[in-house]
Amino acid sequence: MTDKEWPLYEVFIRSRSGLSHRHAGSVHAADDEMALTNARDTYTRRNEGVSIWVVRSDKIVASDPDEAAAFFEPAKDKVYRHPTFYDIPDEVENL
Amino acid sequence: MYTQGLDQSGKGETGARGEETAAQLDAFQARIDAEEKIEAKDWMPEAYRRTLIRQISQHAHSEIIGMQPEGNWLTRAPSLKRKAILLAKVQDEAGHGLYLYSAAETLGVSRDQMVADLLSGKAKYSSIFNYPTLSWADVGAIGWLVDGAAIMNQIPLCRCSYGPYSRAMIRVCKEESFHQRQGYEIMLMLCRGTEEQKAMAQDALNRFWWPSLMMFGPSDTDSKHSAQSMRWKIKRFSNDELRQKFIDVTVPQAEFLGLTVPDENLRLNEETGHYEHSEIDWREFYDVLAGNGPCNRQRMGKRRKAHDDGAWVREAARAYAEKRAAVAA
Repeated sequence: MTDKEWPLYEVFIRSRSGLSHRHAGSVHAADDEMALTNARDTYTRRNEGVSIWVVRSDKIVASDPDEAAAFFEPAKDKVYRHPTFYDIPDEVENL
Repeated sequence: MYTQGLDQSGKGETGARGEETAAQLDAFQARIDAEEKIEAKDWMPEAYRRTLIRQISQHAHSEIIGMQPEGNWLTRAPSLKRKAILLAKVQDEAGHGLYLYSAAETLGVSRDQMVADLLSGKAKYSSIFNYPTLSWADVGAIGWLVDGAAIMNQIPLCRCSYGPYSRAMIRVCKEESFHQRQGYEIMLMLCRGTEEQKAMAQDALNRFWWPSLMMFGPSDTDSKHSAQSMRWKIKRFSNDELRQKFIDVTVPQAEFLGLTVPDENLRLNEETGHYEHSEIDWREFYDVLAGNGPCNRQRMGKRRKAHDDGAWVREAARAYAEKRAAVAA
């Protein structure tokens, strides 16, 4: 049998309840279960997490940075989505 | 534990390649100058990518090989407490190696390729790990000096322009302080112990002082690619600047221990506020890099054997995963 590389998994960690999971890095593992234990041993040796997600790196769909300008462009010209767009006299309170 | 100023080993990596236009290179440099972080999928000059792959993988290899000198003392630690501490430290070094391999992989190099380069001897690792650990005091000296020098070098790397490397270094630096403090504490206990124990600590300092100073890499006048790395903000301070900083903070720590730094020309220059020191024996540095240090062959032999001995485990785990996947399908 060939010594083929184990697949790569991306690791996301919730540092405490109330916060969302955040990308920490990656690990190699033969299967999902091993990816979880490897992620625990690599990224939470000092209680850095209360929950871990691992996902195969090749399953992640990502936007292309070279296309970022065009991709995010539709949001740029909609200033009216921000509260500062609206002129309200100073006398009006709680608004 | 550490990366070294080894970036002089690459050849022809400063010139732009034909297909990279001046406009692309200028736009890239403008992002760097504006202190923007470069992320994995962003456009980057090929030379930037290759410089980082080399530096990060060398750094990772150093962490992995760096487990060996201390690992030697795991079964000989003087107490259960010291054994537990040393185990945790050695495990951290493995973790640091893994953070760094993970950062390097974002640049498009595979883990297997990096490991193969280490095992074939093509890739370098820090020369410090080719020195033997002859006594328990060496474990103290390594924590204090080797990890101390590593911290000095790694703190500016937390601000490196490449995002994944910078984030890995932040994680490493958070853990590194424990390494240095446990080492200094070992030295402190030995120095407060019997005459023999203090002599052991002095002997460890004598052997590790100069190799620790060499960890910062060649002198600035001989470090050819430093300027480019500085422009790219991979590197923030020169080898000599970091070395000086390390000497300035470490000499008073040695004095506190009541130990003598093995350099008869060492003296504080009152005007500059910096310590002056003897010239480093660069022949020894290049000799150890070339593979002729006291333990080069032993370290590589052990790493190759560990890799080969683990082959059946990697294969079995993979076969099991494939079988289970086939059953599920």
